[in-house]
Amino acid sequence: MRDLYRTQRAIRARREAALQRGVVAILDIGTSKIACLILRFDGDPPDAAGIGPMAGQTRFRVIGAATTRARGVRYGEIVAMQDCERAIRTAVQAAQKMANIRVDHVIACFSGARPRSYGLAGEVGIDDIVADGDIARALAACDLPETGARRETLHAQPVNFALDGRSGLSDPRGQTGRDLAVDVHLLTVDAPVLENLAHCIKRCDLELAGVASAAYAAGLSALVENEQELGAACIDMGGGSTGISVFLRKHMIYADAVRLGGEHVTRDIGRGLNLALATAERIKTFHGGVQATGLDDRERIDTGDDDDPDGRIITRAELIGVIRPRVEEILEEVRDRLDAAGFDHLPSQRIVLTGGMSQLPGLDALASRILGQQVRLGRPLRVQGLPQAAIGPGFAAAVGLSLFAAHPQDEWWDFQTPAERHPARSLRRAVRWFQDNW
Amino acid sequence: MRPMTRSRHPARAPHDPAPSRWAYKLQRVWLTPGVRFLVRRGLPALLVAGLVVGYFGDPGRRDAIAREAAGLKRAIEERPEFRVDMVRISGGSDPLAAEIRRILPVTFPVSAFDLDLPALRRSVVALDAVAQAEIRVEPGRILAIEVTERVPALVWRLPDGLWLIDAEGNRIGPLAARGDRTDLPLVAGSGADRAAPEALALFHAARPILSELRGLVRVGERRWDAVLTGGRVVQLPETGAGPALDRVIALNDAQDLLARDIAVIDMRNGARPTVRMNDSAIETLRAIWEQQHGEDA
Repeated sequence: MRDLYRTQRAIRARREAALQRGVVAILDIGTSKIACLILRFDGDPPDAAGIGPMAGQTRFRVIGAATTRARGVRYGEIVAMQDCERAIRTAVQAAQKMANIRVDHVIACFSGARPRSYGLAGEVGIDDIVADGDIARALAACDLPETGARRETLHAQPVNFALDGRSGLSDPRGQTGRDLAVDVHLLTVDAPVLENLAHCIKRCDLELAGVASAAYAAGLSALVENEQELGAACIDMGGGSTGISVFLRKHMIYADAVRLGGEHVTRDIGRGLNLALATAERIKTFHGGVQATGLDDRERIDTGDDDDPDGRIITRAELIGVIRPRVEEILEEVRDRLDAAGFDHLPSQRIVLTGGMSQLPGLDALASRILGQQVRLGRPLRVQGLPQAAIGPGFAAAVGLSLFAAHPQDEWWDFQTPAERHPARSLRRAVRWFQDNW
Repeated sequence: MRPMTRSRHPARAPHDPAPSRWAYKLQRVWLTPGVRFLVRRGLPALLVAGLVVGYFGDPGRRDAIAREAAGLKRAIEERPEFRVDMVRISGGSDPLAAEIRRILPVTFPVSAFDLDLPALRRSVVALDAVAQAEIRVEPGRILAIEVTERVPALVWRLPDGLWLIDAEGNRIGPLAARGDRTDLPLVAGSGADRAAPEALALFHAARPILSELRGLVRVGERRWDAVLTGGRVVQLPETGAGPALDRVIALNDAQDLLARDIAVIDMRNGARPTVRMNDSAIETLRAIWEQQHGEDA
C-alpha cells in the first residue's frame, strides 16, 4: 500500500505539472486504433449566469487530434513493444503537428489487463466533527482484499460516506457524528500490462501523467449526468475487448471487461466467408448488421476491390449470419458480468452502448433483447475543438479521458496518509506497548 | 510468430507510417517554442549580424566604402548649384572691405557646404574696425557679408602713435597724423580707452571752452586732466569730473579765470579748489603788493 501511495502520488504530481504547463496529451491505446488528443487548459471559464461547470469540459480545448491503426496491441494489452511504440509515435507526432506544440505529459487509458472491482468498507469512530484526518483514517480502516499476485491498483475511489447510519453522504466533512463509514471502489489490473504501458510511453520520450481504465473513461463521456446520478452501465464495445462500467451517484461502482470485441467479429467473417482480414473489416464496416431481413437476401456484396479483383459475391444475409452469433455472444457475456455484479438491484437500469462496434446497424435492438429494455446508443460528449472525425462513439474513451484529466475524481491517495502509518508513530506505539506490558 | 531477428529488413515489413525515432525526436525538438524562436528569429539575426561583422571586419573594405561615400558627398557638394563664386561686402568703407577680402580665409570658387559661416564671421568680427558682421550665402552664388563699421569718436595718443577709438573705447585703427582728423577730440594716457564714454561726456561739458581745450590726459588710470592751450592744466577729480569742469567754466565766465596767468587749476578737492600761478605772475603779484604796501615793508 505504501508503494501505491508513492507511485500514485508521483503520477498525480506529474499531472498537476502538466496542468500547470497547460498542455497535456490524451492517449487511448485500443486494439484497433490508437487515438491521441492534445488538450490546452486555459484556466477556469468565466462564470456566466446559468452555465454550470458542465462536467468540466469548458476548461480545456482540443488543439490536436490524430488516430492511427494500432499495432502490437491485443485485447487492449501491449503484445509487441516496438510496434506499439511506433503506433504511439505516429499518433503523437500527427497530433503534435496539428497542435503545433510539443507535449511532454500524457494521460493514457487502456481497456485490457483483466480489470477487477472490489467494494471496500471502512469504519472509524470519531469525536464530534468529521475532519480531513477522519476521512483518511476511515480509508485506512478499510481492509484490503486479497487481490492476487502481480496486480496493481488502477482506481481506488471513495464512493460513499455514511455517518451514524445516514448513508449517501457525498462530503461528510464538518458534520457531526460518532461513526464514519466509507465505501471504496477498488479497481485492480494486471501489473505487467501497466508496466509495459508505462515503459512504452517512456520510450516515446513522454511522461506518464495518469492512467485510467478505458471503460471508466467511456462512461464519463457517454453517460449523461442523470444516468451517472441514477445508475447506469456503459458498455464500451472496442476492438479487442468490451469494457463495462457501472455508475451510481456520479461514481463508478463497478468495472469489468470482456475479452471479446470487434476484431473477433472480423476474424469470424474472414474465417467463415474465406476472406482476407482487411476485406472482412471493410465489408463489416460498410455492410455489416445484426438484423437480417428478406431484403438482405437480395443485396449482393462484391468482396473484391482494386487490389483483389477476383472476389466472390456474397449476400448481406450471409454476412449478418456470421456477425450476429459473435455479437450475441459478446452481449450475453456482458449480461453475465452485469448480473454477477448485481446490476439488477440498481434503481435505474439504463444501459448505454458506445465504442466503435456500437455503430453496427441494428445493434441497439439486439442489445435491448439481451440486456433489457433501457438500452440506447451513446456518443461522447461534445468538447471544444474536437474535429469532426473524432466525435464518433469510437472516441468515447478518449473524450472521457479528457474530462478525467480536467476533473479527476478523488482517489484514495489524494487524501493525507493516515497518521498511524507513519513509522515514527508506529515506533512510539511499540514503545508504549512495551511500557504497558512489561 | 513473426521473425524477430530479421525485423530490420524493411522490405518484409508491411507499410507502417510511423516516423523513425530520430524523425520523432527532431520533430519534438522543433515543436519546442524556445527552439522554434531561436531557429526562426535568433539564427537569421545571428547570421545577418555575422555577415555584417565579417564584411566590415576588413579595414580595406571599410575604407573603400568610406571613400565611396565621401566621393558621393563630394560630387553632390561640388554641383554648380552649391558653388559660391564671389563675395559681396556691404556696409563698410573701401579700405575696410579690402581688409576683409584680404583676411577672408576662402579661395573662390568654393562649395557652399565647405563654408564655415560662424568661423568666417568670427574672423571678420575680429577686425578692430568691425562692430558687427552678418554673413550668409545668397542666391546667385554670392557670399554676402554685411558689416557695421565702428565710428571713430576719439583720437588716442599713445607713445607708439595715434589711434582712432570709438565711443566705447574700442580701437579702430592707427592714425597717421593728428591733422587728418582734427574733428575728433584728443585723449592721452594709458587707460584712456576704457574711460572713453566719460571723456566724451567731459568734451561735451567743455563746449564753451572747446577752442582752448587741447585734450584730456588720463592720469594714473583713474582721473582726467584737461590740458588747455598754453600748457594750462585743469586737474579734475576722480568722481564728479563733469561738475568740476562746469565750475571751472562758471569761474571763467564770472572772473575770466582762464585769461589769467595761471599754470594749474586743481579741482581734485571739491571743497578747496586751488590755483597755481606761473613764476612771472608771482613776481608781478609780489611787485604790486610791495608797491601798495611799500612803506609797511
